[in-house]
Amino acid sequence: MPLVKFISHDGSEHEVHVASGTTLMHAATDNGVPGILADCGGACSCATCHCYVDEDWLAKTGAAGEVEAQMLEFVLDPQPTSRLSCQIIVGDELDGLLVRLPKNQV
Amino acid sequence: MGSAHAVIVGASHAAAQLATSLRQGGWDGHISIVGAEAIPPYHRPPLSKAYLAGEKHSDELLIRPATFYEKSGIDLVLGTRVNALDRANKVIKLHDGGSIPYTKLALTTGACVRKLELPGHHLDGVFYLRDLNDVNRIRGFIGAGKSAVIIGGGYIGLETAASMRKLGMKVTVLEALPRVLERVTAPEVSAFYSRVHGEEGVDIITEAAVDSLQGNGVVQAVNLADGTSIRADLVVIGVGVLPATELAESAGLNVDNGIVVDEFARTSDPDIVAAGDCTNHYNPIYDRRLRLESVQNATDQAKTAANTLCGKLECYHALPWFWSDQYELKLQIAGLSQGFERVVLRGSTDSGRSFAAFYFRGDRLLAVDAVNRPKEFMAVRRALTVGQSADPAKLADDTIDIQLAFI
Repeated sequence: MPLVKFISHDGSEHEVHVASGTTLMHAATDNGVPGILADCGGACSCATCHCYVDEDWLAKTGAAGEVEAQMLEFVLDPQPTSRLSCQIIVGDELDGLLVRLPKNQV
Repeated sequence: MGSAHAVIVGASHAAAQLATSLRQGGWDGHISIVGAEAIPPYHRPPLSKAYLAGEKHSDELLIRPATFYEKSGIDLVLGTRVNALDRANKVIKLHDGGSIPYTKLALTTGACVRKLELPGHHLDGVFYLRDLNDVNRIRGFIGAGKSAVIIGGGYIGLETAASMRKLGMKVTVLEALPRVLERVTAPEVSAFYSRVHGEEGVDIITEAAVDSLQGNGVVQAVNLADGTSIRADLVVIGVGVLPATELAESAGLNVDNGIVVDEFARTSDPDIVAAGDCTNHYNPIYDRRLRLESVQNATDQAKTAANTLCGKLECYHALPWFWSDQYELKLQIAGLSQGFERVVLRGSTDSGRSFAAFYFRGDRLLAVDAVNRPKEFMAVRRALTVGQSADPAKLADDTIDIQLAFI
């Protein structure tokens, strides 16, 4: 069960254990982590599950796909570390993953 | 925990959000979600897509797992129908004779399918598509090589057609109007979807008048008024939905094409809010009253309703947006195109599978239908949210960065 740590924009921290193979989005919504809305439920259609992957983890999460990258250009406050959490699958290699959440999704 | 009790009727998208937002907003009393289905609130959009195609398990549809509600102190009262609302005594009456008293009530009853009372509609193999249970039953009738007839060329009908083609079925879509998606898109977009469905092997018949469904216990054919008979191993009817307002109406709440709510999601009873598909509400961006059928409206209006119950009045002013996945087409819609006078295309609807259609009334940009154009969708969603319009000439020029088109 990989551990994921979310740090909200206000600095509050949420550590959750998730079954390997869960999306990062579900890791947040299933555990009530505020700041991830995930309106479309993981269809990569709404860009309301935006997060920033900690730089030390970027190599392991990989880069955004084509559709995701185009959507990320228009989220609030995009950064080079921006990802849509519905597109990241938390496997054992991401045990300890650290992500930060934006102030607002839309 | 306080003794106040917020009761949410209808275990829907709106209900899941409303309950969560109530807790996040500081509601320290009891919260109950009462729902007719036996499953916690789930994502409905995948029903006609990944779930129908067998690519998702029902557990994966849940908006939140059951454990989340338990940890958050939210009672799920499932498999339970609400028969009556007694506002004088502030209590709801359940189908099993039980009752639940409330301090505040939220109606998130959603919508029900519009029924077609065709001869033969009671035959096995004839379905509507709204609930998980509908799709579970449909899944018993699907299979490669079988013939499906879809009545209704709206989003549900076309998504169902795409999912069934993926499964190797023979699919016919019957649309009563001269084009598919007529109520919701421009002729160019309808023509695009007709072309792609044709290329994918779906037979679309427009201006189709269905006369009867024929079969011997199980449906076998759909008969049209012009004498055509189409073989069918199953029929899916998707001809729109109606707001589920019975409970509100019989309790004497103000109902007019949906439960009438104000900008704070309050009904005509100050202790009762409503959110989602069941409401008729004012939208300040388009300056008119709307009844929307969308996840966006369900979740955003639910947040407003939860704030209201927590004593924090904030106007509902969200921009409507929608999506529809068919084949590898990702359609994303921002804004409402109704009342448009002009359509500007970026990319072509005549060939290929990527374009954006921008809708204008006068100089004002109203909406976009973006097919495999996430950038255009996101840009317009943001522009409309902040009240910007756009230069049609720049939008139409695919070589100009979309960001430079807004004014």
